[in-house]
Amino acid sequence: MPKRVEAVVLHDSSTPVLGDVEKGGSVVLTNVETLLNQARANSLWPLTFGLACCAIEMMSSAGSRFDISRFGSEAFRATPRQADVMIIAGRLSKKMAPVLRQIYDQMPEPKWVISMGACASSGGVYNNYAIVQGADQVVPVDVYVPGCPPSPDALIYGILKLQEKIKRSKAKNFGDLRLVELTPRELEPVA
Amino acid sequence: MELLKDIVKPMVAGFGITRKRLSREKVTIQYPEQKREMYPRTRWRHVLTRYDSGLERCIGCSLCAGACPAKCIYVQADENTEEARFSPGERYAVRYEINMIRCIFCGFCQEACPTGAIVLRQDFELANYKREDFIYTKEMLLEPVRRN
Repeated sequence: MPKRVEAVVLHDSSTPVLGDVEKGGSVVLTNVETLLNQARANSLWPLTFGLACCAIEMMSSAGSRFDISRFGSEAFRATPRQADVMIIAGRLSKKMAPVLRQIYDQMPEPKWVISMGACASSGGVYNNYAIVQGADQVVPVDVYVPGCPPSPDALIYGILKLQEKIKRSKAKNFGDLRLVELTPRELEPVA
Repeated sequence: MELLKDIVKPMVAGFGITRKRLSREKVTIQYPEQKREMYPRTRWRHVLTRYDSGLERCIGCSLCAGACPAKCIYVQADENTEEARFSPGERYAVRYEINMIRCIFCGFCQEACPTGAIVLRQDFELANYKREDFIYTKEMLLEPVRRN
């Protein structure tokens, strides 16, 4: 099946390929980093963190019409231990902020955060005492998706942006690969 | 007989539904390659339009900024002169900034605009990595001069 091998996206100009890819060469060489980045980018399991109306659009993007399973992120996990990306969908109130931080801390490395919608990204229309003016005050955000709420295709565009970012990420040392945790983390207790 | 009634019949009926659904048209939109048709009044990215002559429609009146419920528009007006003319009237917007990440795309700015300068078009691909990149300046919002 020559077409199958062509579909392997691991090779680019920097990774040598043994054999004729056009004719269906069977060996692809790459480095661990590229392999890990590809694997991570194409199996982003989101954490269900629906806080408000944006969550409806987030659920809808997992439905059959938009179907984020085409990008490997259909498995919404209800536990942070099994999730890779946290989609903050909705306004983040000050009361919810410590909960969000704790759940983020409980996610295993490597982890990413998508801030979905105007309220999660900046506060939106809720410029008041109750709402955190941007989730980046609590957790490091990788991709911001504007919109109120962002349509499922806008969220999918955000996920594609995050995939691009993961595929481009470079590791300087072994720890940056985040294969194993070299030093065990101690979580701070949240009062 | 019991086995046929309780197990085989419901299974066949179930697969029948699967077979019926298989012949239906697929509903998934293959998004990055194929985009769904938007409704005519879909409101996404703002565009500052021009007249056919190439002059800007915006007169810097700040009514959009006043109507904005999220207070995400900033307009700074200046006088047109004979040497530097940007809009047909007396004044034009020297700075026009929208904080895209605070904007809720309600379209009130479009409703409030007396000259129809600001319109919300259908480009929804706005996600980005940095918060600073969401301040859209006048240069980014202004539509290019049409050449006929």
